[in-house]
Amino acid sequence: MAAPAAYKDRQFLAVIGDEDSVTGLLLAGIGHVTDPPDSQKNFLVCDSKTEKSEIEKAFNSFTKERKDIGIVLINQHIAEQIRDTVDKFRDAFPAVLEIPSKDHPYDPEKDSVLRRVRRLFGE
Amino acid sequence: MSSGAGREAVFATRQALGQMNLKLKGAQTGHSLLKRKSEALTKRFREILKRIDEAKRKMGRVMQIAAFSLAEVTYAVGGDIGYQIQESVKTARFRIKTKQENVSGVLLPQFEGYTIDEINDFGLTGLGKGGQQVQRCRETYSRAVETLVELASLQTAFTILDEVIKVVNRRVNAIEHVIIPRTENTIKYINAELDELDREEFYRLKKVSGKKQRDQAAADAELLRQRETEKAKGISDKEIDVEPKDVLGEEEDKDVIF
Repeated sequence: MAAPAAYKDRQFLAVIGDEDSVTGLLLAGIGHVTDPPDSQKNFLVCDSKTEKSEIEKAFNSFTKERKDIGIVLINQHIAEQIRDTVDKFRDAFPAVLEIPSKDHPYDPEKDSVLRRVRRLFGE
Repeated sequence: MSSGAGREAVFATRQALGQMNLKLKGAQTGHSLLKRKSEALTKRFREILKRIDEAKRKMGRVMQIAAFSLAEVTYAVGGDIGYQIQESVKTARFRIKTKQENVSGVLLPQFEGYTIDEINDFGLTGLGKGGQQVQRCRETYSRAVETLVELASLQTAFTILDEVIKVVNRRVNAIEHVIIPRTENTIKYINAELDELDREEFYRLKKVSGKKQRDQAAADAELLRQRETEKAKGISDKEIDVEPKDVLGEEEDKDVIF
């Protein structure tokens, strides 16, 4: 079970997504850039040219390295690219949420959490 | 099942039997308690699963609406505002805090979103035109994020509960299929062993008393034989001197002179 200290300081959300999703979520005010000198953004904009390794790096940094992030939002089509990493990540904190993007409607079949839900129900 | 579980290495004594009985009782109580806990958690778990399913679908719809409002902004502003927004981000306005909820002794965290209204990184966005659309878009996305936060709480609860239920079920099964049969086996073994000791003791006593009787009989026979030989001797003695005197007879005793 997660100790209270594991989530007490987690107050930000992080986004990995295409430009539209990130822009929208930033407009809602979730964006945060830490103070210089080592300023880190809590969002990553991906397009078709973004390398898989870069996405993975950002994902790992949001989920493992940074301790101030409570929820990681990731576009489903991007999660699909790093499906292995996403499926392997099963900790309670931060919560990884797959969100739909404008060009890719939401498909419950692909969601790693929903797939676990299905398996538990034996479907 | 019960024969395969083995037994604990104890000496077959009454004390050990008492200990085992206590242990069995404890294991049974623990088993029923854990079973109940597991059932309560599973019930909660199923509720959460249902809500996750609903929330995910709701999220799909909300995000679609949000994306549409962003399209409106792009249209109204007449250009891409993505860069401008990404560059002007400084501090998070929308943040989350966690609360705890207690379900049968399991602490489930719950996210709650809150906004710090004085922070506004996008004061200049849409200043030229499309300000209203930008404002609306921000509201739509804020609502979308609220939904996402709610969903994240559910999902975290799901992950933690999943883990806890697995642990509890493992314990229930361990008690049910290992500890209880094993203790029962041990109790059975101790009882059998004690019974055997009892029988052995009884047999030994029987043996002892049998031997005593035999010895007694032998001693009696010996005595009898001795008497007989003595009698035979007596008869031969009688031939020499006459029959024993009749003490109470008429014959007077000699005076006793000291």
